[in-house]
Amino acid sequence: MKSLRLLIPYLKVYRREITWGCIAALISTALYALAPWALKLAVDDLQTGISARQLAYYAGLFVGLAAVGGVFRYAMRMWLIGMSRKVEQDLRDRIFGHLQKQPASFYNQNRTGDLMSRMTNDLDNVRNVLGPGFMYPIETISTAVFSIAMMLWISPTLTLITLLLAPPVSYSVFKLGRVTHKLTTRIQEQYSRLSDQAQENLSGARVVRAYSQEERELAKFDQLNQEYVRRNLSMTRVQALFFPLMGFLFEIGAAIILLVGGLGIIRGSLSLGDFVAFVGYLGMLAWPMIAVGWVANLLQRGAASMVRIQNLLDTEPEIVSSSQPSSARASAGEIVFENVSVSHDGVREALQDVSFKVRPGETIAIVGRTGSGKSTLVGLLPRLIDPSKGRVLIDGVATNEWNLDELRKQVGMVPQDAFLFSSTVKENLTFGAPEASETEMLEAASISRIDKDVAQFADGYETMVGERGLTLSGGQKGRLTLARALVRDPSILILDDALSAVDTHTEEEILRGLREFMKGRTSILIAHRVSTVRDADCIYVLDQGRIVESGTHEELIALGGYYADLDHRQSLEQELEMES
Amino acid sequence: MSAKRKQVEEQDVLGKAYDSKLARRLWGYVGDQKKKLFASVGLLLLGATAELAGPWLSKIAIDRYIVDKDVSGLYKIVIIFVIVSALALALRWSQSYLTGEAGQIIMYRMRRDVFEKMQRLSIPYFDRNPVGKLMTRVTSDVQALYELFGSGMVAIFGDIFTLIGITAVMFAINWKLALLTLSVIPILLLVTFAFRKRVRDLYRKTRSQIANLNGYLQENIIGMRVVQLFGRERANHERFKSLSGDLKQTYLKTIFNYALFFPAVELVSALAVAIIIWGGGSMMLTGAVTVGTLVAFIQYVERFYRPVRDLAEKYNILQAAMAASERVFQVLDHPIEVPDTSALDYVEKTEVDAPLIEFRNVWFAYRGDEWVLKDVSFDIREGESVAVVGATGAGKTTIISLLQRFYDVQQGEILLHGRNIREIPLQELRAMLGLVLQDVFVFAGTIAENIRYGKADASDEEVRETSELVLANRFIEKLPGKYAEPVVERGATLSTGQRQLLAFARALLCRPKILVLDEATASIDTETEQTIQEAISRVLEGRTSIIIAHRLSTIQRCNRILVLHHGVLREQGTHEELLAQGGIYHRLYQLQFGLGEAA
Repeated sequence: MKSLRLLIPYLKVYRREITWGCIAALISTALYALAPWALKLAVDDLQTGISARQLAYYAGLFVGLAAVGGVFRYAMRMWLIGMSRKVEQDLRDRIFGHLQKQPASFYNQNRTGDLMSRMTNDLDNVRNVLGPGFMYPIETISTAVFSIAMMLWISPTLTLITLLLAPPVSYSVFKLGRVTHKLTTRIQEQYSRLSDQAQENLSGARVVRAYSQEERELAKFDQLNQEYVRRNLSMTRVQALFFPLMGFLFEIGAAIILLVGGLGIIRGSLSLGDFVAFVGYLGMLAWPMIAVGWVANLLQRGAASMVRIQNLLDTEPEIVSSSQPSSARASAGEIVFENVSVSHDGVREALQDVSFKVRPGETIAIVGRTGSGKSTLVGLLPRLIDPSKGRVLIDGVATNEWNLDELRKQVGMVPQDAFLFSSTVKENLTFGAPEASETEMLEAASISRIDKDVAQFADGYETMVGERGLTLSGGQKGRLTLARALVRDPSILILDDALSAVDTHTEEEILRGLREFMKGRTSILIAHRVSTVRDADCIYVLDQGRIVESGTHEELIALGGYYADLDHRQSLEQELEMES
Repeated sequence: MSAKRKQVEEQDVLGKAYDSKLARRLWGYVGDQKKKLFASVGLLLLGATAELAGPWLSKIAIDRYIVDKDVSGLYKIVIIFVIVSALALALRWSQSYLTGEAGQIIMYRMRRDVFEKMQRLSIPYFDRNPVGKLMTRVTSDVQALYELFGSGMVAIFGDIFTLIGITAVMFAINWKLALLTLSVIPILLLVTFAFRKRVRDLYRKTRSQIANLNGYLQENIIGMRVVQLFGRERANHERFKSLSGDLKQTYLKTIFNYALFFPAVELVSALAVAIIIWGGGSMMLTGAVTVGTLVAFIQYVERFYRPVRDLAEKYNILQAAMAASERVFQVLDHPIEVPDTSALDYVEKTEVDAPLIEFRNVWFAYRGDEWVLKDVSFDIREGESVAVVGATGAGKTTIISLLQRFYDVQQGEILLHGRNIREIPLQELRAMLGLVLQDVFVFAGTIAENIRYGKADASDEEVRETSELVLANRFIEKLPGKYAEPVVERGATLSTGQRQLLAFARALLCRPKILVLDEATASIDTETEQTIQEAISRVLEGRTSIIIAHRLSTIQRCNRILVLHHGVLREQGTHEELLAQGGIYHRLYQLQFGLGEAA
């Protein structure tokens, strides 16, 4: 519950709304609490004789109280519930901004679904604390205070007897709420298992078919489905009880009033009007009694959610922009690695003691086995990760001394997995450079050989791609992500095995076009094929995180190591074929 | 009183609330749960009657015993009151549970049927329908139907009955006062339905705004690396804030409606009570009405509102359920485009002379007459290794899909051992093929479970041997949990190369008759690729294989190469023959090895 205090700073912004909302709540409940009293006066006067005019006056009073009370009740909801939605938005925007500062390692540790649920379910729970969790206690307490005061005035004994009902009602609501919550959580767990399996099955429909696993998948699903229904049924049992039970407790209250009040009337200590008013007050108190238990649950849930949200907000981004960015720079595009080591988990090192230097305008290539650390190495440049030892310098300044935005502006990276946003081709192309001109965009598209593809799309550059648009082939995605990097006009260009999904013919075309673009820029190519990398100024061979060979194509061939072997094998195949 | 203030979420609504054809079909789905539903309607009517008794008993207590000072009579009537209330509790509870149970069981069946149907539907269906849409059928659409059976249908009877009951009792007690009091009902209906309609529209808007916001959020989380690389944090934050602000505005409008609605309802019921005070009071002065009647009327008026509100809500549930059922039935009714052949009719007969695989004048288009394959004919003999090459979009992958019968050809035929593949049970056909596809699909589970995917009963020994064969053991044994290492959905913790090694192991474990590799080695470095190929050639000695690759080196060892160009089989022969021809293959080859510009 303590965690709810964390909300105070967010609430302070809306001090005004909260104050006015509470005042409106007090006035409206006070007015509503007078209504049964008006009824009492009318009934009592009817017993003793009354004029038609007076009757009309009572009727008018009754309607008037509801009307004026209603105005304040309206104001209360607008202020208090409205406030909860505003705080919700503030929190949501803040979490989003916080997420944007988190480095790649954060996203490797946290699953998308978990982060999504922080911003949906947990935020919803917190919002419930601020809305209903805030409004109902105020409403409840004031209603209780006003009605009980009136009831005590009419008959203290009857009041005390009636109020005996409050603890069992509140307690049973609280208990039922807790059980319901526990069951709901269990149901939701099962539901996500069920939908995970369905999602996986439907996404992998081809694999399921190819391996004829339909029956097994069905059996798996059926099991999950049965368990889901089983859990739902235990929930139904509890839920089915709730409203009937509340109704029953209320009727018991009515029975008590009927009995004790009736006896009071018979003895002459109560009037019939008192009795009628009491029934009215019971009706008013029913909801507060239920609300107490309900709100207790909301608060509990909200507090737990707030802890999770706060944990997220407390996660300091591991990679932050330098507070005093250094401005001393050598010529644009120089890269120096000084004894760089990287460890993702603190145990195994993905890169070990890597040192090399790339002069501005040079093209280097990195080859090596899968998992040898190639992607890790290039990820250091735009600071997707930081080295655990050593440092990386760009233009003579260590990456962590750069302004992060500036640094990333220098680096144009084409990652291995081509991720595109579901928007238009144009928006994806100019993603990193919204100010780019049409010509610049078209030029990048032409170098990447995506221009002809786009020309065939129905809406050209305005065609929607991604989830809600056109589905692109792997090659098209790769070329589009390449163009996206080129539009930024970076001084360092990195191609992380980006053209693997592009066929050889197109790759050759792209590389030819890129050569022009790469002039005056530093480039890093990661590739598997000798033909792609042989023209690089220097080729580095990575093995288990270490540079094992480096040099030009000719030098490495002369060295007779991994690269020479690679080349040898690739050319041997070629020769063999040529001979036969 | 309490229920008034509870916000009830509505389902997305489309279509109309009642469609007799759909309703009949849904009713058919109820099956053996009909008994339960009928029983709950019965229980509900009894329960509602018991609930109606309260104010009436109060009236009797006041008029007959309290006014006449009959203490023992008062005790009696209070005891009856408590008994009736307890009865109402028992009836309501059992009715609620019974309907809930019936609803759950119907929903279970429906979900099972939809999922089962989705296991039978052919690949073209999945091409047309995104996974998200299909998921909605299995999850929320089925859930909407639960609302219908679980609470909607039965409760409607209850609400109508309660309204009729209250009206009847009021008329029975005093018809003049009843008429006067019920005059506020039109206002109540008007307020309620106007509110419902506005809130419903807002609710729809909210749903779509939430969907947009969450979609944007999810995309940003998944693509955060790209956002950061391209310095888009600020711009995307602004966009998010504006989506989030739009949503807040809609919520505020919804709050406005609720803030208006609740006091309005209070006002209407105050109006009704005022009418009773004024009208009933005047009648009381003339002696036409007793004070007990007045009290009973006031209490009945308070009970009138709930069913009216519920009915307005039920209308929405009904509408949503009808729309959902329509979508669900659409799935259930969807024809299976590639129908299976019964295994019973299948007699394995092998024509000795027929080639293992034969494409005979095959024409195929995914859509209309956009032919992807045009009059393609070739055959593959047992033990032959055949490569298919061509530029992107030449139709290479389509050949594989057709062979698996993911699609049926429009013209021509595909024969296996001289037999049209349409006559072979799908399971038999697909068991012959071992596939390693471009995009490796990894299931959540362990490494071993993924390798065993096609052969659940394979021993640990078999799994390990197969992994060693494709050298997947190298990376697997480095994992902390080795073969028991958990793999997350889509294999995100594995590299592309590792995923492909896993796919190799998975395919080879089933010892398929024909091995099919589609671009499978594009992301594995040359060294691993070569080792794998050596392993494959060992394992698959005497097995037929089809290899698709952009990289010519992958296909060097094939017996024969098919060159596809724009859906037409342009060249066919050994590597040497094709080179000598100086055609398309020759050009592809030159480009690959940089021996000259395209001829």
